[in-house]
Amino acid sequence: MNEDKTTTPVDSGRRGFLGTAAGVSAAALVAPGVFLHSVAAAPRTEAVTDAVRWGLLIDTAKCADGCSACVSACERENGLDLQEPHSATSKWEQQQAAWIRKVKLQDNQTGRITNLPMMCQHCEDPPCVDVCPTGASFKRADGIVMVDRHLCIGCRYCMMACPYKARSFIHQPLTGQLTAVPRGKGCVESCNLCVHRRDNGEDSTACVDACAAEGHGAILFGDLKDPNSAISQRLREIPSRQIREDLVLNTGVRYAGV
Amino acid sequence: MAKAVVRIGLVALGLVWGAFAAQAAQADEVKRYVVEGSQAAERSACVEPTERMRRMHMEFIQHQRIATVHEGIRDTQYSLTGCVDCHISYDANRNPRPINQPDQFCGACHRYAAVDLNCFDCHASVPNRPAADAEAAHRAAGVTGAPHGGGH
Repeated sequence: MNEDKTTTPVDSGRRGFLGTAAGVSAAALVAPGVFLHSVAAAPRTEAVTDAVRWGLLIDTAKCADGCSACVSACERENGLDLQEPHSATSKWEQQQAAWIRKVKLQDNQTGRITNLPMMCQHCEDPPCVDVCPTGASFKRADGIVMVDRHLCIGCRYCMMACPYKARSFIHQPLTGQLTAVPRGKGCVESCNLCVHRRDNGEDSTACVDACAAEGHGAILFGDLKDPNSAISQRLREIPSRQIREDLVLNTGVRYAGV
Repeated sequence: MAKAVVRIGLVALGLVWGAFAAQAAQADEVKRYVVEGSQAAERSACVEPTERMRRMHMEFIQHQRIATVHEGIRDTQYSLTGCVDCHISYDANRNPRPINQPDQFCGACHRYAAVDLNCFDCHASVPNRPAADAEAAHRAAGVTGAPHGGGH
């Protein structure tokens, strides 16, 4: 105990050097070309551009049977869980809008089962946009396909045109909507890649976060145009497909293992 | 004679008191429409001079909705969310009252002017965005517990 008093005073210069050295080596641990940046989430001030194209990569091998974490996270994030059935008896009165569906595929010859979440595929050439008579169904410059409810007249042509059955219609008046996700009777809607998060500078979607929190990490979100983004790097590494490639829509949502 | 003087005096007193009370009530009425601690409470007027807001608020919001929905610009001067954040009022249990109700900020005027607005058929009529300004405004107003914790 007494020995402490006899030790020499701390050499502040040496301590400073050690501190700097530790910092430098910590920075060097990050792979070259990868920048750790924590941009403070702030509302967008400039128009979106086509410099980015948002997309998802879904690794079906990691998508667990019976898990619907992405679906419930999407419902919570986008206020879909606030929909209430209008009648206890009629099944038509109980239908609710859904942005993600869990789909189970079985190869009847081999018996192999594949699970995957199915949502708007954010096509580069979206059929829903082609058929919309009012321009309500549109593709944002950053690749997000969405509905401008101010213009939607509820004709549901887009629902007919979508090869992925991704869109839903709101049949009943509702109240208690979320500020970030307006919703009303007579409009079509679908996954918009959590557009309020995009515009607030956040870096993932609700489904991605939920899947990662469950420990599956089956969904990857990112910029398809940035060759250094995690999603682009992963797409380079593993084989992936677009659903209904034959339609040549160039979807923004890609699937691995199907 | 003395009786008459006293009576006149009482009437005058009553009128003065009435005028003060009316003024106080009016002030309360005005104050009720701006959330304490919100952005609006710190300003003398809304995002534009009051007269301009009264006449033009629909145009402001209508034009900026293109910027918001199609271009993703969320930092605009005009915003329906902003209306709700600053002009919501609370009931006795400190719950926000839907702003389109006929006795509330948006609803009262639209009813008086016989305007059938449907902003709030789709848009939230109470601040229920846990993040950003609404939460600060809620805290300042002494409101605890966001109505719904889903969105951003």
